[in-house]
Amino acid sequence: MSVAAQQQPGIKAATGAQREWRPPSYWPFVLPALIVVLAVIVFPWVFTIWMSLHEWKVGSPTVFVGLANYLRMPNDPRFVEAVWHTLVYTLLSVALPLIFGTLAAVVFHQKFPLRGFLRGIFIMPMMATPVAIALVWTMMFHPQLGVLNYLLSLVGLPAQLWVFHPATVIPSLVMVETWQWTPLVMLIVLGGLAAIPTEPYESALIDGASFWQMFRYITLPLITPFLFIAGMIRMIDALKSFDIIFAITQGGPGSASETINLYLYSVAFVYYDIGYGSAIALVFFVLIVVLAAVMLAMRQRMHWNEAGGGA
Amino acid sequence: MKNILATRRSVLAGAAATGALGLSGFPVRAEVNWKKYAGTKLEVILAKGPRGDNLQKNIKEFTDLTGIQVESEQIPEQQQRQKAVIELASGKPSFDVIHLSYHVQKRQFEKAGWLADISGFMKDPNLTAPDLVESDFSAAGLQYAKNDKGQMLSLPWSVDYFILYYNKEIFAKKGVAVPKTFDEMVAAAEKLTDPKEGTFGFVGRGLRNANMTLWTNFFLNYGGEFLDAKGNILTDGPEAIEATKLYQRLLTKVAPPGVSGFNWMESMASFTQGRSAMWIDGVGWAPPLEDPAASRVVGKVGYTVVPAGPKGQFSATYGDGIGIAAASKNKEAAYLLCQWAVSKAQGARLLQTGGGVPFRNSVLNDEGVRSGVKLPKEWLQSVIDSAKISKLGLPVIIPVAEFRDLVGAGVTATLSGADPATELKKAHEQFRPILERSEKA
Repeated sequence: MSVAAQQQPGIKAATGAQREWRPPSYWPFVLPALIVVLAVIVFPWVFTIWMSLHEWKVGSPTVFVGLANYLRMPNDPRFVEAVWHTLVYTLLSVALPLIFGTLAAVVFHQKFPLRGFLRGIFIMPMMATPVAIALVWTMMFHPQLGVLNYLLSLVGLPAQLWVFHPATVIPSLVMVETWQWTPLVMLIVLGGLAAIPTEPYESALIDGASFWQMFRYITLPLITPFLFIAGMIRMIDALKSFDIIFAITQGGPGSASETINLYLYSVAFVYYDIGYGSAIALVFFVLIVVLAAVMLAMRQRMHWNEAGGGA
Repeated sequence: MKNILATRRSVLAGAAATGALGLSGFPVRAEVNWKKYAGTKLEVILAKGPRGDNLQKNIKEFTDLTGIQVESEQIPEQQQRQKAVIELASGKPSFDVIHLSYHVQKRQFEKAGWLADISGFMKDPNLTAPDLVESDFSAAGLQYAKNDKGQMLSLPWSVDYFILYYNKEIFAKKGVAVPKTFDEMVAAAEKLTDPKEGTFGFVGRGLRNANMTLWTNFFLNYGGEFLDAKGNILTDGPEAIEATKLYQRLLTKVAPPGVSGFNWMESMASFTQGRSAMWIDGVGWAPPLEDPAASRVVGKVGYTVVPAGPKGQFSATYGDGIGIAAASKNKEAAYLLCQWAVSKAQGARLLQTGGGVPFRNSVLNDEGVRSGVKLPKEWLQSVIDSAKISKLGLPVIIPVAEFRDLVGAGVTATLSGADPATELKKAHEQFRPILERSEKA
């Protein structure tokens, strides 16, 4: 039909004009999603940026201060400390669940009686509510009445202060985090292990490889992509961690376990300093994006190495 | 000042006259028209705790009296504060009546103008029962409820005095007398500490922020004042350093391990388990201490005032009030509710269960009310004695939370060996610009 239409010069012009005039037919389909994205993602971000450029204390008028809120951060000792706490906390609570989760996955990948049942038990911490967990652990950490010090005393070790001392508070919190999230890493790695074919192991056995050698040279390289996924999920979760820290220590003793997230909460919702809080939120977001990008880049490089190794 | 006195006197005279008329059988000239706002619906936002419970439990009486319907919700303290501030700042709060913590919110609420002035209502005999007069509230209550122009912005509801709880059994076993001064308290605590048995001389809040309520009681008794005449904060001076040294000494030498993470809850746990001989905290913890289901020290607890420092003897005082949102459209009905909440009947219930201590002298001094108190008589005596030495336990400023966090963190740091003077100086340097900014805004 269009071929016929094009043969007539007058109509051809009209068609050309029509093509220019026709409103793009995809807009009605795009619009709902666009509105949602604008309202739910873009607007809050633009508003946060706008707030971060203002001195805005709830109850007082808003004043434009430019970048003053950002310049306050490097001179704010609590913020600088919070960044360190966040990085240490994140590093530990990514590394430990990865190590223990991988070990657990290797164990649970073996076939033994009651495996399914034990797997079920093992992933239970992951299903519990973080605040409930935190309250239970708080009692266990209690230096006088807690069960942890009792267990230590059974094996003749001196009592510890756990979350009640600035030097041990972050490792103790990481212990809770590790206990809760090791099962997640295990599940991801188990998925990876299930996908590995048996042939490499068979040929390795014929070549006389030890168990460790098989793990190091076959299992580990093949599950590395899964470890990266698990690591990335853990990293983002650990950076954002709030519930466990808040419920157990509220950032204490002093401010020894105050992470950026906790400090941000205090600034915005306890001190009602919305402007400065928004600026911290933005910096925090940039930090997460940068760290995630680094992880992704590393994963990409590993991928190339793997391909190179295979070729 | 003269004006206030005159009003107070005339109000008193009026009250006396009304009372006399009532007694003599004459019809009372002006009486509160409780039913005038029948049918109104009020929204109330409460902080979770015994005051909220007491209001909710008996609210039917208020509805029967006034015909006013009340919708109330109890929210945990921290969240209630946040919700209230955000809603009030929006200009359209969802509530008419608010339960506020004076020691945290007074200055913030005044400066933002969030509360309705009820001075006029209090003078109106159609709205105010004759027994509700300003002079019936304790000095601390009035200090909290009035702004610097002398307007009443809320009704003082319940006061919290810091007192000394002690374990009579441990004291008797070691033959130690109840301390009257800080020096005696330190000496007693050292004698009572026996790490091998797991008993310690003293326990108290070590957790940042929470610890400030205890620390300030030491600070006050060393002669400390929070602000100078120009409104500068004074928490790095010699009084503060001495107070911190005492705090450090008690909490590191004679307190249970891990005390730097203790809030009132952990402190109470240690005390109710009989592990700590002395505990300084708010007066409201007597009910759990005397509850056989929660405590091993029932009947063994002594209650007395906080020992004297070298420069005075005070009971650090905190409190909450009940006020009306300035944006509320039902201010008169809301006022009737506030009045009922602090009434003698409600106050008596609060005191008798140990859920709070009314600011009103007419409740505290009433023999009938006193005899109904279910807690030990010593507890009531410590309340009455503390009222005489009451002094506000936190500075009346807007950034109270920052103050408690920053100075509190410094004070907690001394528990891991940091030097008091250095830590206070550091906290001071951090806090001063925050205070200046808040007062300037």
